[in-house]
Amino acid sequence: MMTWARRQRALADYTLAALSRRKGKNIALVAIFSLVVFALSSAMFFAAALRHETTVVLRDAPEIVVQKLIMGRQDLIPGDVVETIAGFRGVTSAKGRLWGYYYDRINGANYTVMVPDDPALIPPVGYVAVGEGVPRARGLAWEGAPLFLSRYEGDLKRFDVDRTFSRDSALMTADLVLMNPQDFRAFFDIPEGLYTDVVATVRNQNEVATIVTKASNASPQMRFVTRADIERTYQKLFDWREGLLVVLAGAGLLAFAIFAAEKASGLSAEEAREIGILKAVGWDTRDVIAMKMWEGGLVSLGAFLIGTVAGFAHVFLFDGVLFAPVLRGWAVIYPDFALAPHIDGVQLMTLALLTVVPYMAATVVPVWRTASGDPDAVMR
Amino acid sequence: MNMPRRRSGPVFVGFGVLGAALLFELYFVAFAGPATRARLDREAGLVADLGLTDIALFTEARYTRHPSLADLNTPFQDHPMAFDHFPSGSIMPVPRLPGEGWLIFQPKERGQ
Repeated sequence: MMTWARRQRALADYTLAALSRRKGKNIALVAIFSLVVFALSSAMFFAAALRHETTVVLRDAPEIVVQKLIMGRQDLIPGDVVETIAGFRGVTSAKGRLWGYYYDRINGANYTVMVPDDPALIPPVGYVAVGEGVPRARGLAWEGAPLFLSRYEGDLKRFDVDRTFSRDSALMTADLVLMNPQDFRAFFDIPEGLYTDVVATVRNQNEVATIVTKASNASPQMRFVTRADIERTYQKLFDWREGLLVVLAGAGLLAFAIFAAEKASGLSAEEAREIGILKAVGWDTRDVIAMKMWEGGLVSLGAFLIGTVAGFAHVFLFDGVLFAPVLRGWAVIYPDFALAPHIDGVQLMTLALLTVVPYMAATVVPVWRTASGDPDAVMR
Repeated sequence: MNMPRRRSGPVFVGFGVLGAALLFELYFVAFAGPATRARLDREAGLVADLGLTDIALFTEARYTRHPSLADLNTPFQDHPMAFDHFPSGSIMPVPRLPGEGWLIFQPKERGQ
């Protein structure tokens, strides 16, 4: 055992000496390789944490949302529909909701204006509760600064800020402006008895699909969105194969393929000569291959460790600061949120295997051919 | 006897440090677990109380702010085959919801 360990140590020493002969090239190699791993691991951590947070938080989203569609567009829903929906067997309650969007002409931001479902959270008349992004976008620096909203030229409506949601829930509440129903109807000029949509709760979760089928047969002009639909939308959004990750993963994998192809396409004349000399001074084919395994292992494992450690720090300590400009798009409000640290072990293993194994294989395979040849022929 | 200078020593130490950093990060996830769960529970409670359905990550357009509730035709506002108007649309796939916006004649196609 000791002999084996000493032998491996000596091989590692030799490999490092050989690598340091082409120091610049190898440092650049590890740096670029680390950068690829960094981009991939950051995207992976970010998506896994976002998916985790979204799944956990949206588990209590409304069970069924009913919208009225006219000419393919969502329209206001009359109050009598609420009773119709409440009358379906299996539905325990149905409630009309008021919510919509407000485009702020002052800063170009979009706010989501809502009346909360829970009566306890409804602000008094003349007051609003806002998400953390709203005061930031409006530059309301001091506590208690009122929010002025203008619907058209010459119009200015004052709301006092009753409550500001903290950064802890920014991912869900950043752009919210919560209003009293009375204020909401006055502000958007919505007549009594009309709602944006209807939410329904059911007695038994397993009956949701049946209730929706029956209800949509009874009211074909309505669209029913269930909690499972919401979940599916977000699963798809954060899926590894599409959306957010595909851009980064695609570019990263392409860079990696170029690496591996360059390696596997053959040895440089210098490397072949080195192997010939080693064979000539008495090295075994096995020794040469072990040395190359060390080379591939040190480079790829080093790059994996550097990239992953830095990727984690980027996402969870620096809040994924490099992704913000990409995710922000043209939006004015971007939530200032800290993701809950979450690691998907399977993904981490996949990343490790995807980076370390192919690189080692690409280093060792071409050597096999050269190392098993005659030293004299190889050196020529 | 003079030992030859071993190059592997500092490199192995470097690997040890990186490995320890990775382990520390994994431990950090476990260590922060209870606090994280408490925060997420509070956030989930807020979602239930307010009746929220979507995350406020992309606030630039209706269909990026509320992908699960958006009209199915809104990502193609100009033309059924038009490219997306907003940059976020390239990151966010169009929802494929089995809603009433589709012409589905067989109930089994509804894909529940």
